[in-house]
Amino acid sequence: MQPTEQQQPTATHETLSNELLLDMYRSMILVRHFDRRAVHLQRTGRLGTYAPLEGQEAAQVGCGYALDKRDWLFPTYREHGVSIVHGLPMSTIFLYWNGRPEGCVPPEGVNIFPVSVPIATQVPHAVGAAWASKLKGEDVVSVGFLGDGATSEGDFHEAMNFAGVFKLPVIIFCQNNGFAISVPLSKQTAVETLAEKAAGYGVEGVRVDGNDLLAVYETVKKAADKARRGEGPTFIEAVTYRYGSHTTADDHTRYREASEVEEWKAKDPIDRVKKILIERGVWSEEQDLAEWAKVDGDVQAAIDEMQATPSVAHDRLFDYAYAELPQDLIEQRDEVRRLYGNGGAK
Amino acid sequence: MAKMTIIQAITEGLRVALREDERVLVLGEDVGVNGGVFRATEGLQGEFGPHRVVDTPLAEAGIIGSSVGLAVNGMRPIPEIQFFGFIYPAMEQIVAHVSRVRMRSQGRFTCPMVIRAPYGAGIRAPELHGDSPEAFFVHQPGIKVVCPSNPYDAKGLLLASIDDPDPVLFLEPLRMYRAFREEVPEGRYTVELGKANVVKPGKDVSVFAWGTMLRVALEAAKAAAEKGVDVEVVDLRTLSPLDRETIAESVKKTGRAVVVHEAPKTAGLGAEIAAVIQDEAFLYLEAPVVRVAGYDTPQPLFSLEDIFAPDAKRILHGIDKAMNF
Ligand SMILES: Cc1ncc(C[n+]2csc(CCOP(=O)(O)OP(=O)(O)O)c2C)c(N)n1
Repeated sequence: MQPTEQQQPTATHETLSNELLLDMYRSMILVRHFDRRAVHLQRTGRLGTYAPLEGQEAAQVGCGYALDKRDWLFPTYREHGVSIVHGLPMSTIFLYWNGRPEGCVPPEGVNIFPVSVPIATQVPHAVGAAWASKLKGEDVVSVGFLGDGATSEGDFHEAMNFAGVFKLPVIIFCQNNGFAISVPLSKQTAVETLAEKAAGYGVEGVRVDGNDLLAVYETVKKAADKARRGEGPTFIEAVTYRYGSHTTADDHTRYREASEVEEWKAKDPIDRVKKILIERGVWSEEQDLAEWAKVDGDVQAAIDEMQATPSVAHDRLFDYAYAELPQDLIEQRDEVRRLYGNGGAK
Repeated sequence: MAKMTIIQAITEGLRVALREDERVLVLGEDVGVNGGVFRATEGLQGEFGPHRVVDTPLAEAGIIGSSVGLAVNGMRPIPEIQFFGFIYPAMEQIVAHVSRVRMRSQGRFTCPMVIRAPYGAGIRAPELHGDSPEAFFVHQPGIKVVCPSNPYDAKGLLLASIDDPDPVLFLEPLRMYRAFREEVPEGRYTVELGKANVVKPGKDVSVFAWGTMLRVALEAAKAAAEKGVDVEVVDLRTLSPLDRETIAESVKKTGRAVVVHEAPKTAGLGAEIAAVIQDEAFLYLEAPVVRVAGYDTPQPLFSLEDIFAPDAKRILHGIDKAMNF
């Protein structure tokens, strides 16, 4: 896929305070560093398979900042960036990728659904949560995340249709990063842009340069305001790119030219914001270095927390299968205790 | 003869079928350029072109539903579902259409296809990548379910499945994909569907398993031998239809049976096999049939998968239970 020229007018960055812009910039650095450390942890055997997001920081951080704390997120496996912004502890995300059930549990007050692995299945949930908000008369927005490939699944189409029919306060936020594992967008759909699909459901469709932090922020903010006013759903296609492989179990050099990756790296979302901040005179290379060092400390603390978490108790296999454990399961749990004890990974 | 892993044997089987029959096509997510996420279709698009080895959009209902049309209209589709746990979006197509075309049209239309899917846990993959929902499909009449446990059978059963006039769900034990090598003959040969295989004869107790669990069962049999128990290990190979005769013969010989599977216990295939044993060999039983299975919880994240799925220790425990009733 060719890098796409931005389709939306860029947010006039003069309208954004230095403070907010700096804040978002710091989050982008944190998210990138988190991501790189996660890949490294996987490579050294301290994390299971991991899905990296490097390159998509503007799409995720811009989206996260445009939402309110009370809004609901329904993420896929690649939404670490927006999840961190929305209040999910980094240690929780690390635990998830270590196959730990604790990794699916957001703190109280953080409205993030556990990672959804089967493709597109979370989009109807976002629609349903938005429906509940509408019924309850709250001005809360739900956001369903998905990738470009996910727009091929039936669940996506059913969700879009419900969103349109019931005019729900939902944002369906698609990060079009060009590929579903190895399959490029051109083999995923015969239309030019994903945004245009929205029209078929009576949903407003917007295409935005997903590597432009300000444009993403402005677009999501507009969609959220509209939803809160009761004016219905928006489908956002944020055009971006993932620099690395689909997951640490994948090898993207099998299906992409290195030159294509380089082309996109020239449009790096973090560099773009840094330039603005330096132009505004509120940031310097020295501050930048200091910031990277600071986030390293934060990420390391989260890694330490993951590693200090005691190994999983075997009872956890059973404890939450039902509200009250049926007799059969009590017996099965007791068998595990008898055979393996209750704690310490095998 | 070359020594191959299970996954290489499967690639070979697909290559033979693609070469021999122009109607055969392979389709699915990432099966083309990428050669499949496990590399089962490695090199096939290069050899046969993008019209015979097809990267589809990410849509399981679309993949299986369009395979119905392809099959009905004269092609021999071999759709791949990337992981067995992602077959659920295609459930409607398989249950409502794939398995019913022949009966619904009273033989006027048929639906020969082989749905391939890697299955099972044990590779520390994320959620749903380790599910074993084979019982859902065994419960559905009209589709056969096949599950090899070694490279020789993998190729032979795959070619037999492609030849079969009915739809076949072909489950590939992903934990065993590259675990060991075996001699696999060149070119075409088949292993008959519907026939179980006595992998290790024994006289004290029969252990029935398939796919991934077969190796674990053999491990348990070895440990049991050290305790003086002579275990017969039977690889079912075809889960639907079951080889009732081989199951019954084995139990008539040993008088005891342990069924092993990774999927949850309740209403799993173990229950069906226990019923078959009761039907066919009730009077030969010295002890109730023991089921060693996954627990009745959703397939957990991988920090708990070793506890969830049977290991040799648990199978051995089951063997003890059958022996000391
Ligand atoms: C129902 C289902 N089918 C297949 C998969 C395997 N799979 C995981 S991610 C993926 C590609 C997703 O691509 P896209 O929607 O573009 O999102 P991205 O990963 O690029 O963020 C596939 C095929 C799955 N998780 N769920």
